[in-house]
Formats: sequence, C-alpha cells, structure tokens
Amino acid sequence: MDPQAAKLIGAGLAAIGAGLAAIGVGNVFGSFLESALRNPGAADGQQGRLFIGFAAAELLGLLSFVVAMILIFVA
Amino acid sequence: MAAEQGKVDPMHQFAIEPLFGSAHWEIAGYNIAFTNSALWMAIATVALWIFVAGGMKRELVPGRWQMALESFTGFIDDLLEANVGKAGRKYVPYIFSLFMFILFANLLGLIPLPLALAGVHPFTFTSHFTVTGVLAILSFAIVLVVGFWKHKLHFFSLFVPHGTPLVMIPLIFMIELVSFMIRPFSLGLRLFVAMMAGHVLLEVLSSFVIDGLNAGATFGLIVSLPSFLLMIGICALEILVAGIQAYVFALLTSLYINDAENLH
Repeated sequence: MDPQAAKLIGAGLAAIGAGLAAIGVGNVFGSFLESALRNPGAADGQQGRLFIGFAAAELLGLLSFVVAMILIFVA
Repeated sequence: MAAEQGKVDPMHQFAIEPLFGSAHWEIAGYNIAFTNSALWMAIATVALWIFVAGGMKRELVPGRWQMALESFTGFIDDLLEANVGKAGRKYVPYIFSLFMFILFANLLGLIPLPLALAGVHPFTFTSHFTVTGVLAILSFAIVLVVGFWKHKLHFFSLFVPHGTPLVMIPLIFMIELVSFMIRPFSLGLRLFVAMMAGHVLLEVLSSFVIDGLNAGATFGLIVSLPSFLLMIGICALEILVAGIQAYVFALLTSLYINDAENLH
C-alpha cells in the first residue's frame, strides 16, 4: 500500500478513539445526572469528582486526535 | 501537507508569524521576534488586568463589576478549600491567575468576525503545546517544590499508598512514579488538544460553507446552510469547552497541590 494512503487510513481509524471517548464522557455525565436526580442534595459536593472523571475520559479521546495529527503532519 | 489551490487549510490559523522583529532577533539561537502569539498573550494579560483592576473597588455594596470579580475569586477559593483544605488559601493567587489567564485566552481566541475583517485574526495561543506545556510545568514545579520543601524526602511516600504489601512496593512505586511524571504532559496536552480540535472543527465547517456557496445556490442551500447552523452550535459548545478546560486545568493543579501539601 502507498505509505501516504496508509497514513491517512490510520488517521481515519484514530477517529474511532474519539467516538469511544464520546461514550466515556457521555457515561460520566449521564451517571452523574442519574444519581444527582436521585439525591440532589449530595450533587453539588461531587462536582469536582465529576470533572476529574470528565477530564480523564476526555484525555484518552484527545490522545486519538493527537495520533491522527501525528500521522498526518509528522510521520 | 500544503493546502491545495482554493481550499481552506485548517491548520493555517495556528501558524506563528512575527509581527515585528525578524529572524535576526536572536538570543542564544532562539528567535525572540514579537509574534502574533505574543501579541495575544499580551492582550489576554491586559484584558485580565483591566478586569481585575476594575473589580477591586472594595465597596460595601458591590457593583456589577466587583460582583463578577468576587464571584470568580470566591469560586477559586471554594475550589481550593474543597480540594486542599485550609492550607490551600495561599495558592488562591496562583490558581486564580492560571484559571483567568487560560479562560481569557480561550475566550479571546474564539472572537470571530469583527477583528478578522480588520485583518487581525484572533490567535488562540492555548492551542500550542509550547504555551500550555510551560503552564503545566509551572504547576508541576510548584508541586515538586512544595512537596520536597514541606515533607523533605518523605515526599516519596506519595508513590507508595498505605497498606501496600511489601513484595508489591517496587512495582507500585514504579507505576505511581510514571503516573506522577506524566502529569505535566497530560495537563498541557489536554488543554492544547481540546482548543486545537475545536478550532480545526470550526475551520473545516467554515470551508464547507465557503466551498458550498462557491459551487452554486443548490449546494449553498443543502451544504452551506446546515454547516453554518452547525457552526453556530459548535461555537456555543466551544465557549463551554473554553470554560471547562480552564476549570479542569485549575482543578487538576489544585489536586496535584493537594498531593504535595497533604501527601495521601
């Protein structure tokens, strides 16, 4: 296969990671909302943890973007 | 990859260009010309300075401006109180500066048309790893200095959680060490990639709008119009992301400072 084509296919495949991270981030906020509606009194105290979870899930998705960028522009 | 003729290059917006000064302005081999990146850093600093100076009136009944500023400082104060405890108060100036600087940078970088018409493109310097990396290293350095200052070599107990079996200690130590050393990297990477991805997305959508309109009225209707509406939505999302990323940066920095202050 042409190396340039292989790079672009790889970059496209890296976008799967972004989709999976979307599931992760949605899961973080979805679970938070679900439990926040069950116990609204405790919800505000957990906002820090919510965003830590969000940051961790999001970082892994952003890494796939980095992989795509490296494949297109660097490799 | 160079942009082909007549196409929008989504990466062109991140190009750093010297505004004044040239390749000859060098210190120890590094170019120090005043770039668009430096200009927008200066603008962000001045805007932040005006915002803070305007709000520091210390009136008994705060006006709108003072209220806005005090809600930000109160927000950072609560953040540190919740994550670090009493010892966190002394980091309020640093975390506040960090949070507001990143927030202003992210929001200023999103300003669309009015300045672009004048030929000055808002430049999001937080979309460069050199900038966010330095901010992350600053936070990491504070963690290291505070940790070793306060706990001396006992700081290394951060890498061995309580109740670790003796045989597991070397392995756990290595894992915790790696996860500790990767922090400045992930901290800077998160902010830079989030900002960069958003701006690339906006640029790609804008190229859909432009190319669709150039291709004729039919394409303009079925391609450009939905893309333009999506762009407006993404812009709103980007404002949210700008706030969240600044908050996450401040939050994670305060968590790392908590590690240094209180160990585990």
